[in-house]
Amino acid sequence: MDLPPDCKPHLPRGVRLRHDETRGQWTLLAPERVLQLDPVAAEVLKRCTGEASLTAIVDDLAATFAADRARIDADVRAMLAGLVEKKVLAL
Amino acid sequence: MTPRPDGPAPLGLLAELTHRCPLACPYCSNPLALDPRRSELDTATWSRVLVEGAALGVLQVHLSGGEPLARRDLEAIVAQCARTGLYSNLITSGIGLSDVRMAALAEAGLDHVQLSIQDVEPQSADHIAGYPGALARKRDAAARVVACGLPLTVNAVIHRANVARAGAMVDLAIALGARRVEIAHAQYYGWAAVNRDALMPSRAEAEHAIAEIERLKAVHAGTIVIDHVAPDFHARYPKACMGGWAKKTLNVTPSGKVLPCHAAESLPGLAFPNVEEASLDEIWWESPAFQSYRGVDWMHEPCRSCARKTVDFGGCRCQAFALTGDARNADPVCVLSPHHEVAAAVSANVVSRAARTDYVFRDYAAGQRAGAQIG
Repeated sequence: MDLPPDCKPHLPRGVRLRHDETRGQWTLLAPERVLQLDPVAAEVLKRCTGEASLTAIVDDLAATFAADRARIDADVRAMLAGLVEKKVLAL
Repeated sequence: MTPRPDGPAPLGLLAELTHRCPLACPYCSNPLALDPRRSELDTATWSRVLVEGAALGVLQVHLSGGEPLARRDLEAIVAQCARTGLYSNLITSGIGLSDVRMAALAEAGLDHVQLSIQDVEPQSADHIAGYPGALARKRDAAARVVACGLPLTVNAVIHRANVARAGAMVDLAIALGARRVEIAHAQYYGWAAVNRDALMPSRAEAEHAIAEIERLKAVHAGTIVIDHVAPDFHARYPKACMGGWAKKTLNVTPSGKVLPCHAAESLPGLAFPNVEEASLDEIWWESPAFQSYRGVDWMHEPCRSCARKTVDFGGCRCQAFALTGDARNADPVCVLSPHHEVAAAVSANVVSRAARTDYVFRDYAAGQRAGAQIG
């Protein structure tokens, strides 16, 4: 799936991003599913509020982590496309 | 709190709020000995149990039954989940899900609804459910869930009477607006064990349904998520039952007993604590019942030296006990089990039987009769 640069990724109703104090990590709570997130995935999903476009999210991550923008763009697109397929992210 | 070094904390809690139910499905996962209404935990106790669960590490609560809508305080229990930060999932027949209650549950913070469907053909669906007009009521319930914006999962238990329409269940789930569908072949415990001769499909029927559902996963990718629970009697290796004993989830029954899975009371020699006597934390970490089959140290051969012992944990303890008489044995579904012929005989016998649908329907009186016969 190819995500348009101006899409505004967000969590649909019934999917929640939550910090899990017991296990010391971020999790995505979804229907009958708990996705345990690594710190990078958590940083991406914290920005998926429906306010920011995909372009703005990638810009922000590249600036925040002083990393190669093209690399971040590819990684974020792959991750978000996977979540859309699982119906836990909406565009 | 921090996790203890001896194992993981539970992620999920199945809260069986009541055994009362308007339906009478012959494969119900409740025990034959159903808890009467007078023994049910009250609202305050459930509220405390939810707080204890969250402190223990639970993230998701599955509000189940029986039919949880039979409880007038369901909205209060959902609100307590929301206050405690727990993700709430309502597992329902849809009977009793009026516009008013749907709105109140959504307002209380409900996160997700899982709706059972017995078949796509009304006559068959209503017969299986033991409730005239059930399928029509379920269609209305699905529409209410979708209209208020909550995600919907359709759950279909597959057995002989509907196995030919497993694929059509996926189509119905899409038509109802579900985001997810669970196609789960019946598991033969409790009520389903009593009704096994009438429920178990032949190997050919099961394999046809499995292939069709696997094909539909690819066809509908991106439209609906299909979770598929294949029938273990026709498999080579057993299922990783519950993801391991007392490893990921726990159950609280209507009267407050705490179990590692809903069939655990079928095992002899285990005393399951009640939430009235101990906290969930003490029960999870310290009770002998939860320790008994945790990890791999309890295993007999061939599990003990098997490379798959941390993949499927030797399968299901309840099935091992039911078919071999010792819960420490390998689940006899496994081809490596020395008792495998017992499981093979069960699935091989199916073809020779007529297509029986004279079920023992699930209700309080039938449970007492069936329990007395088995006992």
